[in-house]
Amino acid sequence: MSLLPYLIAAWLFLVGLYGIVTSRNLVHAVVCLSVVQSSTYILLLAIGYERGGTAPIFLDVPVGTRAVDPVVSALTLTDIVVGATVSALLLALAVQTYKRHGTLDTEEFRSVRD
Amino acid sequence: MGALPALPVAVPLLVAAALVGLAPVIRHRLADAVAVATAATVAGLCAALLLQAAGGPVVYWFGGWTPRQGIALGVAFAIDPVGAGLATLAGVLATAALVFSWRHFEAVGTLYHSLMLVFLAGIVGFCLSGDLFNMFVFYELLSVSAYALAGYRTEDPGSLQGALNFAITNSVGAFLVLAGIALLYGRSGALNLAQLGQALASGPADRLVVVAFLLLLVGFFVKAAVVPFHFWLADAYAMAPTPVGMLFAGVVSELGLYALARVYWTVFSGPLAADAGGLRAVLLGAGVVTALVGGVMCVLQHHLTRLLAYATVSHVGLTLTGLALLGPAGLGGAVLYAVADGLIKGSLFASVGIVQYHLGSVDELALRGRGRHLPWTATLVVLGALGLAGVPPFGTFLGKALMEEAAGAAGHAWLTALFVVVAALTAAALLRAAGRVFLGLGGPPARAVDAPPGPAYPTMLAPAALLLAGALAIGLVPGLAGRVELAAARFTDRPAYAAAVLQGASGPGGADAESHPPGYPAGPAGWATLAAVLGLALGLWPLLRRRPSGPRRATARLWAPVGAALRSLHNGHIGDSVTWLVVGMAAFGTLLALVVR
Amino acid sequence: MSPSLRRRVFLVAAAVAGALLVWGLSGLPDYGIYRGPYGDVLNAVAVGERHATNVVAAVTFDYRGVDTMGEEYILFAAVIGVAILLRAQRDEREEAPDEDAADRRAPGTSNAVRVLGLALLGPVVLFGIYVVAHGHLSPGGGFQGGVVLATGALLVYLSGEYVTLRRVRPEALLDLAESSGAAGYVAVGLLGLAAGVTFLENVLPLGQAGTLLSSGMIPLINLAVGLEVAAGFVLLLSEFLEQTLVVRRPGEQT
Repeated sequence: MSLLPYLIAAWLFLVGLYGIVTSRNLVHAVVCLSVVQSSTYILLLAIGYERGGTAPIFLDVPVGTRAVDPVVSALTLTDIVVGATVSALLLALAVQTYKRHGTLDTEEFRSVRD
Repeated sequence: MGALPALPVAVPLLVAAALVGLAPVIRHRLADAVAVATAATVAGLCAALLLQAAGGPVVYWFGGWTPRQGIALGVAFAIDPVGAGLATLAGVLATAALVFSWRHFEAVGTLYHSLMLVFLAGIVGFCLSGDLFNMFVFYELLSVSAYALAGYRTEDPGSLQGALNFAITNSVGAFLVLAGIALLYGRSGALNLAQLGQALASGPADRLVVVAFLLLLVGFFVKAAVVPFHFWLADAYAMAPTPVGMLFAGVVSELGLYALARVYWTVFSGPLAADAGGLRAVLLGAGVVTALVGGVMCVLQHHLTRLLAYATVSHVGLTLTGLALLGPAGLGGAVLYAVADGLIKGSLFASVGIVQYHLGSVDELALRGRGRHLPWTATLVVLGALGLAGVPPFGTFLGKALMEEAAGAAGHAWLTALFVVVAALTAAALLRAAGRVFLGLGGPPARAVDAPPGPAYPTMLAPAALLLAGALAIGLVPGLAGRVELAAARFTDRPAYAAAVLQGASGPGGADAESHPPGYPAGPAGWATLAAVLGLALGLWPLLRRRPSGPRRATARLWAPVGAALRSLHNGHIGDSVTWLVVGMAAFGTLLALVVR
Repeated sequence: MSPSLRRRVFLVAAAVAGALLVWGLSGLPDYGIYRGPYGDVLNAVAVGERHATNVVAAVTFDYRGVDTMGEEYILFAAVIGVAILLRAQRDEREEAPDEDAADRRAPGTSNAVRVLGLALLGPVVLFGIYVVAHGHLSPGGGFQGGVVLATGALLVYLSGEYVTLRRVRPEALLDLAESSGAAGYVAVGLLGLAAGVTFLENVLPLGQAGTLLSSGMIPLINLAVGLEVAAGFVLLLSEFLEQTLVVRRPGEQT
């Protein structure tokens, strides 16, 4: 089924969102966000894939060999760095929240009373 | 031209890195000075770019990778007056914010200054870029800086929760944007905006184009805080430190709308042109709902910064209605309105920051009557409220007049009523707050707490006053309306943009600006004055009578459940925000699928 | 919303959104068929123009170098952000952890882990430097190599020697390294401006493809990025480890 990798990406995206929506623990929600992000990696890399293509590294193979798209690899690299940094920030926020509230339960968090 | 386009991004990044690396040898005062100087330099550079771009689009290919046979190999900055104007606004607001935080702000070593400069660089890069993925990278750069700056007050649990909601919801929005970029790349193999536009123009508006547009729309609407993607905004903006709030309310929310407009006009206006009528309806609906929800929530607040946050939401809705007309006239009005409104909101955030610093609270009820010794601040708040209402000669009036004109020409004259109502609501909330805090109306004065006494510090007052003066100046510059309309016309001209970027064709030069009669058109001026009067009445009404009268009690009983329902919806829960995000995505997606055939 | 209502609303909305996504994704070219011109053009010309055999590195650091500069600064901003968010609060104090972790409820490190961790430290660091240096030739580069280098610090923690490392107090050095990496990228870009061409344009000799000193500015950028990423991640790790091991609020039991 030639649509399968894209369906996997869509599934991961929705499952990750489901995790965020129903989570009771802040760290769990942050990891679910990483799952959402990994769906974008799969989508990007699947789009650039060429059947029978090798990696776009021409150290051992001559130039002109069929290779996959190097641009999506570069985009995914950027995406991974972005995701790692956002997770780091969110976890730092979670650590401080635990120290201030004593709990990581998302149900306990409410807006400033106005 | 030379190296000018690269500098507004390179300079703040370099200085930010230097501030962190040389932290052991840099004293606080020096860091303040360096940061202010850098922000001012960025503002100046962007203003120079604005002047340069007025003569024709400025296209800068990084690394010298110019396009080959219409295929863009490298990343380009494609600078036009609208983008350069927003970048200049960001520079001005950042300078004001850094001046505000001079001396009295609890800066963490040099880290605060460095992060603010990186934030500024992200905004500037986002506004100047002509490549879709490059826009995404700068979008994430400004977002990551924003998440950290929003959670700055780590001692306050509300601030942390606001930052968490902000970070999670906006990250999901960013991933949606990336998915949209991936879809467009899969179809056309291009990341450059002009090249994408050309690749899509030759094909039909099929399901991939519709869903790619949906993903980009939802992602950018999350940043812009359009209903129902706005639930994160109040907590994040209200609890952020004042200088950060100035930048957030002043320019960051408008960036989402700018991105949507840019992407629509350069990429999607070809294939989606046939369905512009339906698209217009969808976007108008979103704008109207956002404006009304923001306005009503604004009136329900008595936490001053949350009040300003909801005012931001409602004014984003108004800007969206201008953009939704999908024409150069509406776009020009929206841009002018957004810039002037951004300056005014920056000024208001600074004024509220002064109140917070000197009186120790931002709760309107707890501050009743305690602001009597802050006369200048009071003046600035009242003027700001009038500016938000769009009273001439503020720039907001000019922008609104242009939008109303465009709406009337497009057959949507009822938008004028919306502008009046929303302007009245936001002005009312602010005037009521000002009356309570500075004049002590509406009840006995509240108890004072320990806080620095006396008049406001000049480093805090000056930015507030100067930003407001800027908003006034925009309304007073002669011929600005005509030039903005010219810039908007070029913004919406997809083939000319593509030619300029991909073939280096110089711009169409000086087409004659549509002549606008000098002075203020009577019609819009009348409506704006009506809005201000309504706002004054609505704002002062709860303050004047001590005991609720019969009709007041009846209206209160009527509106109480609505207010309670709205409040319970805006409860700041992360799961709720994400659920509403998906609901919004489903709703907009269905509407778009039906509209684009 | 109550949790069960939220779940139900979400499931309905997600079903509709999912259907729309799948509908849109079906408009993509089949998996395994890549049609776009961008990748094909680059695969054909990159080696000849950049003398870099790793085309992904050529794209990341040369053709789309501005994106990578932004990305590097995202990491920079996140490290600063974490340092700001985890800064010492007024009611907290620092307490140097006990050497043998007797004050923590975690079991002490076994000798096998200690020996293996420390023995692997050298090879890991060497491998990290190799990956950074050969980024333009084979898969790797500044980001990947920098992360490998940062795991060296993690190995130190796992083998129970974190306290020893902490006594050296390398924070100022790490800050300097990280900023040099970040500023280095911009400086390389400014080299192009100084030479009279565009930002980030290559001004160094290209060398011969396949050798270590080739591809013009790409090895230089790789070095800057590797430095910044390694220092940045070590700073991130040390911030979080400080929270676990060192920071105590009044009355808190470890």
